[in-house]
Amino acid sequence: MKIDCPLCGTRDSREFSYRGDATYLNRPAADAGAEAWDDYLHNRDNPADRTDDLWHHGMGCGAWVVVTRSPASHEIFATRLAKGTGA
Amino acid sequence: MRVDGKGLIDRDTCLNFTFDGQAFSGLKGDTLASALLANDVRLVGRSFKYHRPRGIMTAGSEEPNALMTIRRGDTKNPNTRATVQALYDGLVADSQNAWPSLKFDVMELNDLAAPFLSAGFYYKTFMWPKAFWEKLYEPIIRRAAGLGALAPSYDGDRYEKAFAHCDLLIIGAGPAGLMAAVTAGRAGVDVILADESPRMGGRCLDETVEIGGMPSYEWAAETLSDLEGMANVRLMPNTTVTGAYDQGDFGALTNNAHHLADCPAGMPMETFWRIASKRAILCGGALERQIAFPSNDRPGVMTASAVRSYLNRYGVSPGRKVTVFCNNDDAHRTAQDLADAGVAVAALIDTRDDAVVDQADFPVFTGGRVTATSGRLGLKDITVEHAGGKRVINTDCLAVSGGWNPSVHLTCHMNGRPTWDPTLASFVPTPGAVPGLTVAGSAAGHMSTAACLASGQAEALAALKDIGAKGAAIDLPSADDAPYAITPFWDVGGTGRAWLDFQNDVTTKDVRQAAKENYRSVEHMKRYTTQGMATDQGKNSNVAALAILADATGRGIPETGTTTFRPPYVPVAIAALGAGGHGSGFAPQRFTTSHAATDERKAPMIEAGLWYRPSYFPEKGERTWRESCDREVNMVRSTVGVCDVSTLGKIDIKGPDAGAFLDFVYTNMFSTLKVGKVRYGLMLREDGHVLDDGTTARIAEDHFVMTTTTAAAGQVMVHLDFVQQCLRPELDVSFVSTTEHWAQFAVAGPKSRDVLNAVLQSPISDETLPYMGWCDVAIGGVAGRLFRISFSGEHAYEIAVPARFGDSLFRVLVDQAKAHGGGAYGMEALNVLRIEKGFITHAEIHGRTTAFDIGMQRMLSPKKDDFIGKAAAARPGLMDDDREQLVGLKPAGAVKQIMPGAHIFEPGKDPVRVNDQGYVTSVCYSPTVESVLALAFLKDGRTRHGDTVMAVDHMRGVTTECIVCDPVFFDPQGGRLRG
Amino acid sequence: MRFSAWNILKQGLTGNAGWKPHWRSPEPKPAYDVIIIGGGGHGLSTAYYLAKEHGITNIAILEKGYIGGGNVGRNTTIVRANYQLPGNSEFYSHSLKLWEGMEQDLNFNAMMSQRGVIMLCHSDGQRDAFARRGNAIVNQGDDAELLDTDGVRKMLPYLDFEQTRFPIYGGLLHRRGGSARHDAVAWGYARGADMRGVDIIQNCEVTGIDIENGAVRGVQTTKGPIRARKIGMTVAGRTSQVAAMAGMRLPIESHVLQAFVTEGLKPIIDTVISYGMGHFYISQSDKGGLVFGGDLDFYASYAARGNLPMVEHVAEAAMTLMPVIGKARMLRSWGGIMDMTPDGSPIIDKTHVDGLYLNGGWCYGGFKAVPGSGNVFAHLMATDTYHDAATKFRLDRFKTGRGLMDEEGTGSQHNLH
Repeated sequence: MKIDCPLCGTRDSREFSYRGDATYLNRPAADAGAEAWDDYLHNRDNPADRTDDLWHHGMGCGAWVVVTRSPASHEIFATRLAKGTGA
Repeated sequence: MRVDGKGLIDRDTCLNFTFDGQAFSGLKGDTLASALLANDVRLVGRSFKYHRPRGIMTAGSEEPNALMTIRRGDTKNPNTRATVQALYDGLVADSQNAWPSLKFDVMELNDLAAPFLSAGFYYKTFMWPKAFWEKLYEPIIRRAAGLGALAPSYDGDRYEKAFAHCDLLIIGAGPAGLMAAVTAGRAGVDVILADESPRMGGRCLDETVEIGGMPSYEWAAETLSDLEGMANVRLMPNTTVTGAYDQGDFGALTNNAHHLADCPAGMPMETFWRIASKRAILCGGALERQIAFPSNDRPGVMTASAVRSYLNRYGVSPGRKVTVFCNNDDAHRTAQDLADAGVAVAALIDTRDDAVVDQADFPVFTGGRVTATSGRLGLKDITVEHAGGKRVINTDCLAVSGGWNPSVHLTCHMNGRPTWDPTLASFVPTPGAVPGLTVAGSAAGHMSTAACLASGQAEALAALKDIGAKGAAIDLPSADDAPYAITPFWDVGGTGRAWLDFQNDVTTKDVRQAAKENYRSVEHMKRYTTQGMATDQGKNSNVAALAILADATGRGIPETGTTTFRPPYVPVAIAALGAGGHGSGFAPQRFTTSHAATDERKAPMIEAGLWYRPSYFPEKGERTWRESCDREVNMVRSTVGVCDVSTLGKIDIKGPDAGAFLDFVYTNMFSTLKVGKVRYGLMLREDGHVLDDGTTARIAEDHFVMTTTTAAAGQVMVHLDFVQQCLRPELDVSFVSTTEHWAQFAVAGPKSRDVLNAVLQSPISDETLPYMGWCDVAIGGVAGRLFRISFSGEHAYEIAVPARFGDSLFRVLVDQAKAHGGGAYGMEALNVLRIEKGFITHAEIHGRTTAFDIGMQRMLSPKKDDFIGKAAAARPGLMDDDREQLVGLKPAGAVKQIMPGAHIFEPGKDPVRVNDQGYVTSVCYSPTVESVLALAFLKDGRTRHGDTVMAVDHMRGVTTECIVCDPVFFDPQGGRLRG
Repeated sequence: MRFSAWNILKQGLTGNAGWKPHWRSPEPKPAYDVIIIGGGGHGLSTAYYLAKEHGITNIAILEKGYIGGGNVGRNTTIVRANYQLPGNSEFYSHSLKLWEGMEQDLNFNAMMSQRGVIMLCHSDGQRDAFARRGNAIVNQGDDAELLDTDGVRKMLPYLDFEQTRFPIYGGLLHRRGGSARHDAVAWGYARGADMRGVDIIQNCEVTGIDIENGAVRGVQTTKGPIRARKIGMTVAGRTSQVAAMAGMRLPIESHVLQAFVTEGLKPIIDTVISYGMGHFYISQSDKGGLVFGGDLDFYASYAARGNLPMVEHVAEAAMTLMPVIGKARMLRSWGGIMDMTPDGSPIIDKTHVDGLYLNGGWCYGGFKAVPGSGNVFAHLMATDTYHDAATKFRLDRFKTGRGLMDEEGTGSQHNLH
């Protein structure tokens, strides 16, 4: 499996670790309420066809990368830096 | 028998070997199988269930019958296919799964009971009486099952893993693969050509066809020498591509040394490759299938193409009087090649009424069926029924062809399903099933040599285009282009048992019975009958089996579908996949800078995650770890001790927003920390539970140094990265892990300052370095940092110097400590010291504890609008009064030991789950308090100080009456810290 | 047809011609009392216990493929009740007891074999944690023994005690744990349910859930609409998709877990061994194959297949723990879809829709739960009350933070247990 790091180029997936759905980029305010926090921390669309998820290039440049990919086929459609781009 | 004038073997080099202890000889270039056949050995194994006699069936890695153990003793290699084991001088092979001997196997009794052992019989019996399954039936079944046996101990054979990268991976070096490689090679791209055979050429070596006006094996040799001359082409013989994975990754296995009598020192037996390719072409050929007919499993029944392989490549005829039984033209070549080589052909039997056989000087039966066979340990006779009647033919080898199955396996490794091609009566690859992988040659259903060559070139040109390279078509060599004519024929029928899966003993009756019992899905049939679950994974039998299932269920073959193809294409040794993992290779070993000095002091080392840390430093006369530990604790409490704490995570944090950033990741305030000061911090996960704790020092207005626990160092670093890049990108802060860059030592005890002042260039005092302060220091010209922090409850420091000075500083500090009546201390003493003070480690913050649980709820700063974990920590369930809270326990009764892991109950209550009040996390004997002390979590524990509880340890049978107390057992006011 | 040795004898003597279907293949009726979506282990056992213990037999199990084709057909067959946290403890204890009587109950040999499960520990801290867990198991009424190094050596002499990267300090032995023939569990429950009148409808995919005024009324399927007032979802691997048909968004993320089997070998491993430091576990099947596995591949996936890094990591763990199996050849690898919940424990609960019930989120622990899960889910569906052994598998526990069952302590958010 290979992933395009926006900073380093195409790298083996072993350099990365998966860190969950890109929902984690949309952190609610502390006082947003229990529903909002439950949704943020726990509830997921968990789609099969296309998802944005977070990968950490920990064995590389350390960037957090949003990877748009298909959980059904493992095809990767696009990658971008998480920093400053929002979910 | 060996056939004169045939074969690509070295007739001058004779190789001796043994099979089941009997001596034989073969020739250089033989496989073990061809050598056995040359010696007229036909019985080579036993089947799994009925222990029926089995002979060599194929000439390739798909062999289901000829599984043997190579070598003896610790180096033996079970379940080796004789068909791919190259012969070497001195080879020792033994048959498997037969007792007392291959010829007289008592388990053959199973075969007599076969009527009662039909598909799935074991699901219907062995249930009465209940206990008998485990005590009687299952042990018998387990003993009878299995094929070869592993050696009882590890032999130390080396295996290896490696990476390879290429533009184009070509899998298989037959006509299509060679043609593709030449085309791509000339275009200058990086090509890997892998083939499972030691000699490349594929069926060019097995057939008597011509390519480019020369024998196909000569064309293959010429083409290979062409390829060898290309620097951009890497030839990997002996290499089987085992699996297709995402984004162009392939697994492959190279056999380096199994063909050698002695593996040279340092050479790995096998190498497991991970090949990263931009494009790949599968030229893996096709596998011939059998036809089911009564008693079709006798030694001597083979595939028609295997008979050609043995004849043309190895110069061996598997029989002296061979019969061919087929439903297609291709197999006619077997009869012709044999006849041309002077081997007696008893008959050619074609199931097709309209089959045409030219110039045959052997009997031909069209519209014929083999309806019976005889010969207990090897084929003797067959019965043929045809339009002209029924006759018995004396024959010792029956070459069968039910047609060819393209090797679609790799194209199905990513959930693709093959497509049924009615013309070929086979499944062919579905285009696009594996992104970047195309298929050429007979693997794609091109059955003539000319079509294989053409498709090899065409696919190579298409791949070059995808890669962005320029390719040019070259003139294709002339080759035979006869159409492949086949009429599907699966099962002769009749009353006798007709085998599909030869190893697992699955017959057509079993498949039909499964259908009858409503195991009609192909997956149900497979799982119920075990069809296709043997070591060949159904390569020889699955298509026929599902044709039978389709027939039994009144469906078409495409509608019936296939089972799932899974990697690996051929079985791969765990030692190859796991190469490097043996012994300490499994995980990195991390050593502190004081490791050598610690070793010299004979301190036993223990694992702390990936690190190694000293357990204790034994002194002369000490007999147990406890004696050493008690001394070290007393030493720290009374004089001074030195301990390497470099394994704690250290993170250097810089930037104008560093303070704000720390405020966000810690529960408590850090932006208010003054330069020169250190503060204890508590970090939560976003789910409101404790992630880690540690101290952070403010080096400058925009510069902090954070320490984490050893266990959570990596996790915290990733967490900070996440928070900074994903949650708070507006904060101007950056950080880097400096764990390896600093050696850090705790110097703890009343005399710690004296020891430090003996080595520091400028002495320190309470005024220059008060408790929870830090300062720059210099030791022998080396700049370092000194933190006045304590994990022991004593007046203590941690001194940090660049790692390269760690070894000398440790030695200096220990010498100085000794001079002050102290010395080094290890993990055991460190643990006692912290328990006496009620300091937590990951035994307490084990991932399920909250700040509330450990009594640190006040550290959740109410002054801050937000910090990581604030919202989730406010969930009601994380603050319920009846949560288990950190307490201390001391023995209060006759039993003085408290067991770690014991659960806590109220006195008089049964120690069962519903009465469970909590559990013990950490225990030590405290020489300071002169008692066993324990940290524990107890429901509503903070209100229960002074209560009596029972700590019950079923595991070791210890129940302790305890008194609940504050978790700080020693110096609760902390006077010693500041003193 | 009741299975017995006598029956096998009789059939054997008459050419095995008289065997009957183990379950029927009926066309769906327009309406049922209960619909179970998903014909895997959990769905089949739910239907079985609804019929057997609650007298509800007018049930359809709707399966989009073939029954037992999900995780019950692709796991590593381990059965155990060695959990430590309340909620899990009593549930798996209940499930194990059902396992122990299952074959006689179903008249189907699922080859449940209580050959013991040993979890190895590699530090003092781990041993303390195992002691705590062992005590929790005994408190629950199940069995656990803490072994020291010699105790482990006696049972597993072929482990590498000398050179392995993480020395073996001991282990936690759970003798009543073991393994079973996974497919047979599904088939046995299917046959048992069918005998009690349950309709098993294969190749019937649910495409919609009909809800009126906050209550379920039925489902839309590829075989047409089917009405029912009670519907249970037991669709591990597709839970999020099916629940979405009822407007639900679940605390589940789907992942791939790979598993492996070697060629058949003569008996060497008699127990189930789990090696926490390497995320590695192994047992040997009655056929002789070494069945082993490791951790998740660690990325969201519905592909039911994995990649090489985890394959190699698992094999490396095998080589440090027990190099004696190095020459065993891995014959087949496969993957299953794991519904991972935030705390690693399942959900068995009612939903916001009347008559719609959820059973899912089994993470990688669903196989051993099959009898217990069906049993308590049937109880919930039949009585609308929680079974005593399953009061804590609530859907709202993440929101409230009450009763989280994070056995591994890695956090009750999606960071993948």
